Amino acid sequence: MNIASVSFSYLRARPLGTVLNVLLLALGVATIVLLLLATEQFEERMQRDARGIDLVVGAKGSPLQIILSAIYHLDVPTGNIAYKQAQEIAKHRAVKKVIPLALGDSYQGFRIVGTTQDYVAHYGAKVSAGRLWDKPLEAVLGAEVAARSGHGLGATFSGAHGLGERAGDAHEGHPYVVVGILERSGTVLDRLVLTSHQSVWAVHAEHHDIKDVADIEKQMTDEEKEFTALLVQYASPLAAAILPRYINNNSDMQAAVPAYEIARLFTIVGVGVDVLRGFALVLMFSAGLSVFIALYNALNDRRYDLAVMRTLGAAPGRLLLLLLCEGLLLAAMGAALGLVLGHALAEVLGRALQTAQQVEITGWVWVPAELWVVALALGVGVLAAILPAWRAYRTDIAGTLARG
Amino acid sequence: MTANMALQCNCAGMESTDDGEMALFAVNNLHHAYDGQSVLAVDAWQAVQGEHWLLLGPSGSGKTTLLHALAGILRPAGGSIVVAGQDFAALSPSAIDHFRGRHIGIVLQRLHLIASLNVMDNLLLAQYLAGLPQDRRRIAEVLTGLDLAEKAGAKPHELSFGQAQRVAVARAVVNGPRLLLADEPTSNLDDARCVQVLELLQSQARACNATLVIATHDQRIKSRVANQFELGARA
Repeated sequence: MNIASVSFSYLRARPLGTVLNVLLLALGVATIVLLLLATEQFEERMQRDARGIDLVVGAKGSPLQIILSAIYHLDVPTGNIAYKQAQEIAKHRAVKKVIPLALGDSYQGFRIVGTTQDYVAHYGAKVSAGRLWDKPLEAVLGAEVAARSGHGLGATFSGAHGLGERAGDAHEGHPYVVVGILERSGTVLDRLVLTSHQSVWAVHAEHHDIKDVADIEKQMTDEEKEFTALLVQYASPLAAAILPRYINNNSDMQAAVPAYEIARLFTIVGVGVDVLRGFALVLMFSAGLSVFIALYNALNDRRYDLAVMRTLGAAPGRLLLLLLCEGLLLAAMGAALGLVLGHALAEVLGRALQTAQQVEITGWVWVPAELWVVALALGVGVLAAILPAWRAYRTDIAGTLARG
Repeated sequence: MTANMALQCNCAGMESTDDGEMALFAVNNLHHAYDGQSVLAVDAWQAVQGEHWLLLGPSGSGKTTLLHALAGILRPAGGSIVVAGQDFAALSPSAIDHFRGRHIGIVLQRLHLIASLNVMDNLLLAQYLAGLPQDRRRIAEVLTGLDLAEKAGAKPHELSFGQAQRVAVARAVVNGPRLLLADEPTSNLDDARCVQVLELLQSQARACNATLVIATHDQRIKSRVANQFELGARA
């Protein structure tokens, strides 16, 4: 028997009100925790995929679209850029490294990326089976693609034009053969089919009346060759001042800075997050109000109990503690339930989104900011209990007992 | 059982009561008023350890006020109260709370058991709030003595009025008080019950060698207790 167990007995004595208050608090906590987990993991994922890429060059169009299509493979490209222009950029003295991307097709919703082996090296991915591609129409599957499609080494498949649900006709004439599978790297590579850019050219070679694709490079004129985008690494920090402006002013290409576009994206998404966070805070506030009303009303039913405890030797401070403890217990239960609920929701949501988008969110991680949410919930509980606790402290025992 | 309980009650205080001279409590020149209207005036009253007293008077004569003053629940406007050698005027409010928990048992007219706690927990609470170790064996003994052994796990609303009243008595004596106060314990009872409750209070007080004060206007028990202190009607 102690203050906490007496508090708890009161909570148990009115289960409906207790459950309601705990649930209200838990919903507020869960919403904030879910937001924290989702935004934290989303931002981390976005940063990781863009790491080391200073600039993306694509066809004229929206810079955000270029970033979304060329780094995250979430959007369609703005168009293609000419081989010769790409060469010029690669040779520019402000450029340290260029990874070309030739996009256009997808397989089972996973994008087929024609590129150089530098692309794999850039993300530090390792081959778990087989090898990287050498010849056109050899493909390497990302871990997620391999798992989802069930394809092993030696399997063949054909790409479909476009990306995602809207993907169009299959290029049946030019099947790819799987020569390698990548280890899971936690980057965008997991969800890509990688091949040489010559493969992509070959698949679309019908447009150029080319039958044998083995030495496609020689059969195409430079005018026929196209890339979709270039991932650029600067030679020096100074390049940031020169290169984007140079490209945007002197060519029909568009330079997009990932860091800037991601920040812009986060501010756009951030509005929605702020609204949800505000909603969660309103939930927490109403939970606090509900706890306050419950405790305040309970005081009336309990004024004799409080007086009796005083006759049994309790100093007024004990009664103060009793009420504070009750608010705190409610808040602690709400916070605990909210944490579980928030993490469970994040996991469920992560699994639901996984099939649709390249966003991998899990409930099995812990964000330090959650401690603040718990502290906030406990604070709400204590705050809601302060006035009732003060009234309990001031209970006039003789007057109460004389009336009853 | 009674002897056993008397052993359990460590009622030996700082002053001996063997000579019968030492007062357990002494009230002098006590008066109290609400909103400028006098509700209580007592010149002098004292009782020896182990004595049983009736506090009599018509309603409105200040019986409850005097009882509350004796319990240290109410600080009187003037006069002195000394219980077991402790002058209440010299004690801080929290020291009085502590003293009351340890040495004074109170049976209220409306019993006011804590409804959310079962019988055992109600008694454990009395030990806890008095700052005493929580002793389930002691509680079991008290409950057995009051024929409540099977009711330890029952909630107050599951008890009959008689059982609830015995639990309230158990709660008042569980800490072995030196002063046992009861406010109108028999007012709502039929004749047979009335005598039972009086005898119950007296036997429990004897078991602890506590001084018993029963505030009552019940004429039926007047003849059963020798020591009587009468408050006059107040205009």
